[in-house]
Amino acid sequence: MKILVCISSVPDTTSKISFEENDTKFSKGGIQYIIGPYDDYALARGVELRESLGGTLTVLNVGLADAEPQIRKALAIGADDAVRIDAEPTDSFFVASEIANYAKDKSFDLILMGRETTDYNSGVVHGIVGELLGIPSFSPVMELKLEGNTATLAREIEGGKEKLEAILPLVLGCQEPIAEWKIPNMRGIMSARTKPLAVIAASSEALTKIEKYELPAPKGACKMISVEDAGSLIKLLQTEAKVL
Amino acid sequence: MSVLVYTELADGQFKKSSLEAIYYGSKVAAQVGGTITVLAIGIATDDELAKAGNFGASKVLNANAQNLAAENIMAYSKVLSETAKSLSAKIVISAKSSLADAVMARAAGALKAGLVGNVVALPDTTNGFKVKRSIFTGKAFAETSISSDVKFIAVKKNVLPLEETSNSATVEKLSIDLGSLTESSKVLETIKATGTVSLPEADLVVSGGRGMKGPENWQPLLDLAEALGAATACSKPVSDLDWRPHHEHVGQTGVKVAPNLYIACGISGAIQHLAGVNSSKFIVVINKDPEAPFFKAADYGIVGDVFDVLPKLTAAVKAL
Repeated sequence: MKILVCISSVPDTTSKISFEENDTKFSKGGIQYIIGPYDDYALARGVELRESLGGTLTVLNVGLADAEPQIRKALAIGADDAVRIDAEPTDSFFVASEIANYAKDKSFDLILMGRETTDYNSGVVHGIVGELLGIPSFSPVMELKLEGNTATLAREIEGGKEKLEAILPLVLGCQEPIAEWKIPNMRGIMSARTKPLAVIAASSEALTKIEKYELPAPKGACKMISVEDAGSLIKLLQTEAKVL
Repeated sequence: MSVLVYTELADGQFKKSSLEAIYYGSKVAAQVGGTITVLAIGIATDDELAKAGNFGASKVLNANAQNLAAENIMAYSKVLSETAKSLSAKIVISAKSSLADAVMARAAGALKAGLVGNVVALPDTTNGFKVKRSIFTGKAFAETSISSDVKFIAVKKNVLPLEETSNSATVEKLSIDLGSLTESSKVLETIKATGTVSLPEADLVVSGGRGMKGPENWQPLLDLAEALGAATACSKPVSDLDWRPHHEHVGQTGVKVAPNLYIACGISGAIQHLAGVNSSKFIVVINKDPEAPFFKAADYGIVGDVFDVLPKLTAAVKAL
């Protein structure tokens, strides 16, 4: 089994978001970066499969050098080696092209990643990678089992889930509860220091560009209603908010 | 300039989010001086499909081959990219959904098109092509330009107030050779809650957290949802504890909703939960803890026991 897990390095979900340089740049100061929460599920399932079936697990990140602590963490969790494609991941098509370029002649059986990154939320990189490589892609995948060349997976659909069967190779956008997040142990952390991390230059072109950032308007005060008078809320929702 | 809108059908009808996408597409077409065509994959009557005209479309292309009956990402994206090619569509629009994301992604890949998701306003076409999108799960916005010849945009729910006119669109059947695409995977089973309002599509949502104290206590919340015709949702701890199914989990790692009204019952409002609901137009928070952080994000609040408050709200809804 040859597995590629693609991870993003994103601000911790509790981060306060702000911008600089006249709102044209994200302020990285004081931000704690983590492995994308959805990517973390993909990584956890990848490590489980690698442990039970053997083979190799490569972790890939499209990002700048400041993503390396997250890549080392993925190695500590159980990836065998890592690749960083040295570029700011600003555009879905760009990131997907870089992943596809790297993967195209390496015959991975599975390419796993999160259903979306928690910074730009587009949720499309897995699909574009699948198309560029000419192999099937599925998302959001919440269960994944393998038997030989056949994957059985469950995809979340509106109001439920769909179980399906597909033949490897596949690209999957993952989400919980595909696996439990893994915490690296001391042995993993020690061995991660010496595992190979290759840095490759990017060669694709971005098709979109962020021109300006903006924060939402501050929320107005919350109107409080007493328990005794709770029914009056419904009237307010009808006449004031006009949502009923 | 040709604008193509990718839509989804549920139970033989356009999903509401798809009607919103058609309406949005008609505004974009008017803005760039183009025509708008709707692509609908699946089974629906011609009368239903012609309803796209009420929201500004002149033509609907319907691909309803038997091998498209099950949601198939590879086949659907092929239908979309081939249709875009044959129409020379320069702008391809969809509503955001988990299926549409996957389908749009592959079609954009096939056409080497720049794709922007979570779009929250009409594009700015005065100088190039720019769209405003929601990023950081609703915590910020980014004005994003698309430089490719063909542009893909996925629109968030509730971006424009929907206006309905009475115009009929012409309906044409579409047949595209899918080769062996539909054979690459096989659906084994579809497990779907029936008779409930779809959460991502819902205009009204009633959601419960750990303050509900256990799955056996959900009835008052379900009663309010039923009286309102609302979808039900829950916080992550609730789905982690299996009190409610995972597809109801709203938050950073769950479903992101953008209803007109979100009623949170016994949810403290952790930042990860807010990330899934901050695009709601109005938020009501019911919590016995006056210090619950959710009140800061709310429009209306009631400090009290959810089991006292919910029956009162249900009674008031029934009295409307």
